[in-house]
Amino acid sequence: MNRVEVRNLEVTYGKRTVLALDRVVFERGGFYGIVGPSGAGKSTLLRVINLLEKPASGQLHLFGEEVDLSTLSYAKGMPLQRQMGFVAQKPSMFQTSVYDNVALGLRYRKRNRAQIQALVEEALELVELSHLSDQRANTLSGGEAQRVALARTLVCEPSLLLLDEPTASLDPYNISIFERVIQTIHRQKHTTILMITHNLPQAKRLAQTCMFVNNGRIVERADTEAFFHRPHCTELADFISGRMIC
Amino acid sequence: MMTQDVWEVIWLSLQVTTVSVAIGMLVGIPTGTLLGLYSFRGKRLIVALIYTCMGLPPVLVGVVVYLLLSRYGPLGALGLLFTPEAMIIAQVILVTPILAGLTMSAVQAKERTYWETAKSLGASPMQMMITIVREARGGIWSGVAAAYGRAISEVGAVMLVGGNIEHHTRVMTTAIILETRTGNFTAGLQLGLVLLAISFLFNSFLMAGVLNQMRSRRR
Repeated sequence: MNRVEVRNLEVTYGKRTVLALDRVVFERGGFYGIVGPSGAGKSTLLRVINLLEKPASGQLHLFGEEVDLSTLSYAKGMPLQRQMGFVAQKPSMFQTSVYDNVALGLRYRKRNRAQIQALVEEALELVELSHLSDQRANTLSGGEAQRVALARTLVCEPSLLLLDEPTASLDPYNISIFERVIQTIHRQKHTTILMITHNLPQAKRLAQTCMFVNNGRIVERADTEAFFHRPHCTELADFISGRMIC
Repeated sequence: MMTQDVWEVIWLSLQVTTVSVAIGMLVGIPTGTLLGLYSFRGKRLIVALIYTCMGLPPVLVGVVVYLLLSRYGPLGALGLLFTPEAMIIAQVILVTPILAGLTMSAVQAKERTYWETAKSLGASPMQMMITIVREARGGIWSGVAAAYGRAISEVGAVMLVGGNIEHHTRVMTTAIILETRTGNFTAGLQLGLVLLAISFLFNSFLMAGVLNQMRSRRR
């Protein structure tokens, strides 16, 4: 019940297998860092879990609910989707105000007006953007837009938060706010977080457990301290030290 | 032309054009939205047909509708030939592909950007469709403007199926032709200017509406 589990996952593009996992488990309330070279299959893993991509085969167990990912329809996947939140590297803002962008997920869930207002204001306060509530979202800077995207996701109170290199194009100030917010959410709401990052110090700072993905497989998984200081496989050691040739 | 006649012609033009575009919107916008959002077998053929029909020669449409509605045609019993209804049918055939094609392009352009975001936020299939149509509204309104422009300035088809009958099926474009043929170029030009003014006013209202909608906030 208290876990996210992906089993027998295989994602293929044409004849090429880009991701093949027998079993991977994420415990409820855990903070997982996912690292690996570009094209390793990290984003594909998150997109498959978030039901944005259909694999050739695979089962997903999400906090007690079990589905076959290869045959799951849009409508049947919707209740699961609503337990998750996803923040991509580049946020896409809807052509409306910041407030309406953040409110969108709540409107999809048919929350009433008063609830929406209270939750949106709280979320904007959390990401320190209350003053931009009325501004049009497509006039925001990249860092502000990413914080709005985070608020838009968190306002729906997901049990599983999927972050795909969310700070890759942010400046240090926005990164610090972003990190503080996800740490707060993780601590206060025990949200399970899966975060892909190429920023190894960031993975060290935030994650409790780290995973190294390469060539579509999870090559190593360990608690963060051991992952960075006592890597078992040479691939990971090379990756961490910057010697890996992709 | 008497002033009363001019108003009559303008009023009928507006009626025929507005009803045609409204019917075209009812058919074309949902069709374009579905084509923009979903892939299915045979879609390429449908899209190719729509693009072809966007450039349909009005005279050809006029002839086909004329043959359908003529006394010995398959729909002759309806007695619609040389009526405003026949003109509306011809114009609907002309504007619907424009509305469907431009809606499809607008939706496709936004679909790529917003599908994943809306799905991640938990949109149901219907909510997803509404969200993407909302995001594509600028492009869809451009389609409506193009369709309205085509309908109000159309002459070949409405002349054939309407017959340019005074006090019955005479609209601005057919009146301009009549005035020109009788050597009354001044009246023809004046009607042309009225036509332009109506088009300008319609597009201005449309633009103002779109901009206002895009600025609006639904707290």
